[in-house]
Amino acid sequence: MLIDWFTVGAQALNFVVLVWLMKRFLYKPILHAIDAREKRIATELADADAKKAEAQRERDEFQKKNEAFDLQRAQLLSQATNAAKAERTRLLDEAKQAADALGAKRQETLKSDAHNLNQAISRRTQLEVFAIARKALMDLATTSLEGRMSEVFIHRLREMDGPAKSGFFEALGTAPEPALVRSAFDLPAEQRAAIQKALNETFSAEIRIRFETVPDIVSGIELAANGQKVAWSIADYLASLEKGVGELLDKQARPEPQPKAKSEPQHKAKPEPQIKVKAKPQAKSKARPKRKGQ
Amino acid sequence: MRLSPDEIIFWQYGFITLNATIVFTWGLMLLLAVGSKLITRNLSTGLERSRWQNLLEIVVTAIEKQIEEVGLRHPGKYLGFLGTLFLFVAAASLCTVIPGYEPPTGSLSTTAALALCVLVAVPFFGIKDQGLGNYLKSYVEPTVIMLPFNIISEISRTLALAVRLFGNMMSGAMIIGILLTITPFIFPIVMTALGLLTGMVQAYIFSILAAVYIAAATRNREPEPEPPTAT
Repeated sequence: MLIDWFTVGAQALNFVVLVWLMKRFLYKPILHAIDAREKRIATELADADAKKAEAQRERDEFQKKNEAFDLQRAQLLSQATNAAKAERTRLLDEAKQAADALGAKRQETLKSDAHNLNQAISRRTQLEVFAIARKALMDLATTSLEGRMSEVFIHRLREMDGPAKSGFFEALGTAPEPALVRSAFDLPAEQRAAIQKALNETFSAEIRIRFETVPDIVSGIELAANGQKVAWSIADYLASLEKGVGELLDKQARPEPQPKAKSEPQHKAKPEPQIKVKAKPQAKSKARPKRKGQ
Repeated sequence: MRLSPDEIIFWQYGFITLNATIVFTWGLMLLLAVGSKLITRNLSTGLERSRWQNLLEIVVTAIEKQIEEVGLRHPGKYLGFLGTLFLFVAAASLCTVIPGYEPPTGSLSTTAALALCVLVAVPFFGIKDQGLGNYLKSYVEPTVIMLPFNIISEISRTLALAVRLFGNMMSGAMIIGILLTITPFIFPIVMTALGLLTGMVQAYIFSILAAVYIAAATRNREPEPEPPTAT
């Protein structure tokens, strides 16, 4: 008999027990472990996805920030460049102004120097001319320049005529004070007497005069009475010379060809000595500083 | 010459006999249960796991996949029955390499018991899945005339299951026994190796056929796969 029915029943029971055992010890734990692992992997994947999304978000945010930063930087740079340009322009203007001011000051100084030099030259020239004239006169006439000058002055007085003479005489008559004879040097007594005499003779009257020494006149003699003036002085020559020298200096400062200005000093350098009778207010005629004689 | 381990009787009391079939079955049950318990005692749910756990996971997931491929939608429900069927038959075959071991599946009693279990399991799962009425209705489909044929089919396939497994296992053991007497060296080893292969194939066929029968009974409204040709 190939089939033992007891064994069949026992084996069937054994199999059912084995099924239970296998379920209990094999399938459930293994499936549970697999499920747990899959769940864990799914969780990790979801986590990774979330992190990826987060990273992407942060990356976008950083990119936006970077762009904003770049924009801001460009703006700031542009602002700084503009400010630097403005500052440069301002500094250049300032420097230009300073340079202009300096140049103007320098020009002024130059002018002042030129003026001073001019004055010094004129003074020196006066002295030189004076000395040369004195020497020449002394050499030629064996008389002092002052003496010769007085003679010339007296000669001129005597030669005065016409309206000039009458006008002056009127002035002498109306003057409350004695007529003033001013000279660059102390006139000796005989010359004073000669002048007094010449006046008396010219105007046929007793003219009251007083003498005063004023160095500014520069080797000359003038007679002033109530605004009227009779004068002979080297100062006129000197004024002409001074003008010529001044124009020369101007020309040196501005080296532009001025052919017309060149001829002028020559032309005006030879003024004829003359007796000028000017009707001027006393106050205006005293343009130069003068020292009252003792 | 004995054909079945049933004939080796260790203890007998009336009709209760403790033969080699039952004893070796207990041994196999002990081996499977203890082995499973030992391996699943420290299961890892992480990415790192032991080799034995890997092996068991491969086996279990492979069985699950096979059940699913047969056409059962929820393999977890049938895994206990079909998986144990496969593992028991496979273990019984693999243990033939142990000298002195008699495979319990070489006993017609064991195979008949397994076939009876399948015979019971098919209506059990069928009724559980679609209800008693629907299951019984399946016997009179397409017409009532088919009822006896269906019943005969149920019985005959159970018988075929039992005899097929028994015949294969018994013949394997018989061939080895005969060869041992004729050519004691080398050739029995080759045949043992062949027997291992045959045992594995039989385990696969047995459990797959059971799965197909259950799938037919549950009728998941899916195109039913053709049952593999039995050898």
